[in-house]
Amino acid sequence: MTDRALPVAHGGDWRFWLGEHRGTLLALGVFILMFALYTGNHPAGFNADVVTTAANKGVLLALVAVAQTFVVVTSGIDLSVGAIFVLCNCVASRMFWETGLESAASVIIVLLTGLACGALNGLIVIYGRLQPIVTTIATGAVFFGIALLFRESPGGDVNEDLADFMTNQFPGGIPASAVALFVVMLVIWTPFRRSMLGRVVYAVGSAEQAAYMSGLQIRRAKFAAYALSGLLCAIGGLFITFVTYTGEASLDNANAYTLNSIAAVVLGGVSLFGGRGSAVGAIFGALIFRTIGDLLFVFDLDPLWQPLFLGIVLLVSVCLGSFRLIRIRNRLDLFG
Amino acid sequence: MSNAGSATSVLRKIDPAVLTAFGCIVVLLLLAAALNENFLSPDYLLAQLQVASFLALMSTGMMLVILLGQIDLSLPWIITVGGMMSTAAAGWGPWGPVIAIPVGVLCGVVFGIINGIGVAYLRVPSMIFTLGINAVAQGFMIVRTGGAAPQDMATDSMHDLATGRLILGIPNPVWVWVVVGAAMVFLMRRTIFGRAVYAIGNREIAAYLSGIRTQRVMLAAFAISGGLAALAGTLLAGYSTKAYQGMGNPYLLPAIAAVVLGGTSILGGRGTYLGTVAGVILITLLQSILSVVRVPWFEITEAHRQIVYGVVIVAMLLLYGRGAKVAA
Repeated sequence: MTDRALPVAHGGDWRFWLGEHRGTLLALGVFILMFALYTGNHPAGFNADVVTTAANKGVLLALVAVAQTFVVVTSGIDLSVGAIFVLCNCVASRMFWETGLESAASVIIVLLTGLACGALNGLIVIYGRLQPIVTTIATGAVFFGIALLFRESPGGDVNEDLADFMTNQFPGGIPASAVALFVVMLVIWTPFRRSMLGRVVYAVGSAEQAAYMSGLQIRRAKFAAYALSGLLCAIGGLFITFVTYTGEASLDNANAYTLNSIAAVVLGGVSLFGGRGSAVGAIFGALIFRTIGDLLFVFDLDPLWQPLFLGIVLLVSVCLGSFRLIRIRNRLDLFG
Repeated sequence: MSNAGSATSVLRKIDPAVLTAFGCIVVLLLLAAALNENFLSPDYLLAQLQVASFLALMSTGMMLVILLGQIDLSLPWIITVGGMMSTAAAGWGPWGPVIAIPVGVLCGVVFGIINGIGVAYLRVPSMIFTLGINAVAQGFMIVRTGGAAPQDMATDSMHDLATGRLILGIPNPVWVWVVVGAAMVFLMRRTIFGRAVYAIGNREIAAYLSGIRTQRVMLAAFAISGGLAALAGTLLAGYSTKAYQGMGNPYLLPAIAAVVLGGTSILGGRGTYLGTVAGVILITLLQSILSVVRVPWFEITEAHRQIVYGVVIVAMLLLYGRGAKVAA
């Protein structure tokens, strides 16, 4: 761990803090700009309903992007996040939601399902010593198969009161989904990031060998990262059940969420090489990704052209980081 | 005596991972034969090879990119570009049917070159850049088919290339695979380019300092990968007589899995083409057996197939694909 990973204990360290959080702040800025452009041009203008709809869509991807961040920070990649997300959606749609007690039990079962999937990934990667990318390709197939077992055809239901509460707005027009995301971050990400465990995860991502030599518990930290990733997917799966009222084992959905989560993480300034970036950045990355689509909609672009534009915007934005190449003096730094 | 000696020395030269992969193929075949004796008929096996050859073309390109330590996630829509552009080109005037396949492959090469520029020159991680190219290729295809309706039927020659049996009664795509595979082995073992690919996969900076133009090599590798994916797309279009959106979607994960099951390191720098051949056959057999096998007391659905498919891949990798301990 370098100085940068330490908290801002002394005044005057703000430059380090800024360096550490540059990606996150940039993503926040871009998101605010784009969202202002979006609501400014929306026929209904800036009102609570527009914001709530946008938040519900954004939060789904944001949760999966946070899940992806946990693994990416360890310098791994999780290609099964979409499958866990869909599996939890299917499990949720099979649960009983009549009484409050039943609903509470159902929520816990869904969360445990996700946690177990993530833990399984972690066990195979750590003790099986397989590469994360290959492992999660295979486990993703397994998780999707289990999702199909639960839901051969779309259907099922949830506690509609709970679902409406979670997807509506609080007094003052604040979207409940955004508050839920905030609470999730406060309860899961912040304690994780500040704990020894979280620091070890960043250390493993920066230099696994060095972390091992320093006597850090790298296995425990990696395991926690994968398990928490599964948990976040489960929260996402729960949430899409609240939004759609049903469960569906859709392979297209699973693939789209997996791939979009990678895009969101990169847009949010998280390094795919590990050890750098924050889940907060990933959330703004996800929101940016969703807002791009919305922007194309309000500017009345022919729907036919939207996927192409979305692709080009995505491609151009991941190339923006290449401007650093101009400043490189020594060609060897290219390969660093 | 000397024969036995040379046989063991040949065996010793082959990567244990490749041997295990071929062992798994034999086990799968025996298992399949025990369940249904038709499995070992020449007709069935040839049909398997025919299906395998489509995956083989994709895996060949993917292997080249993985050997560099990169990955090509744009495979699904470059396959589709190959299929859709070749069938569309078939409708361009009298020369259409002649230029159909070259046009399809060329479009794949163009997307591959853009991949190469992004990864080698702009230094964007391949996992995200090729993902972006995948989205762009998808966008192009949606625009193309949305407004007008370009021709989507495969030409007779594409159909023949994908389903005919011109020589020795062996399906034509298998011959395409043999040609591409032989070219790949020659490229990997007998050319500077091949040596450079392994060197870059091991350590790019060292390869650069040894005088290899690493960026050009990477660009070429991605271009080849794109071209082979598009070629597979034209064959797939010929096989199913038409090109359609999403035709490449089921192939990304099997293509990567085949390369890795063949003993190629996903971190790059290590792997043989023989292994990829084994991986492709392994994946094809596994999928085929899972879709054909019937058990009297139990109904097997798509769900079970997915689960068994994933579990078997993990199990095989645990058998021989494990990495080194951190402490080592």
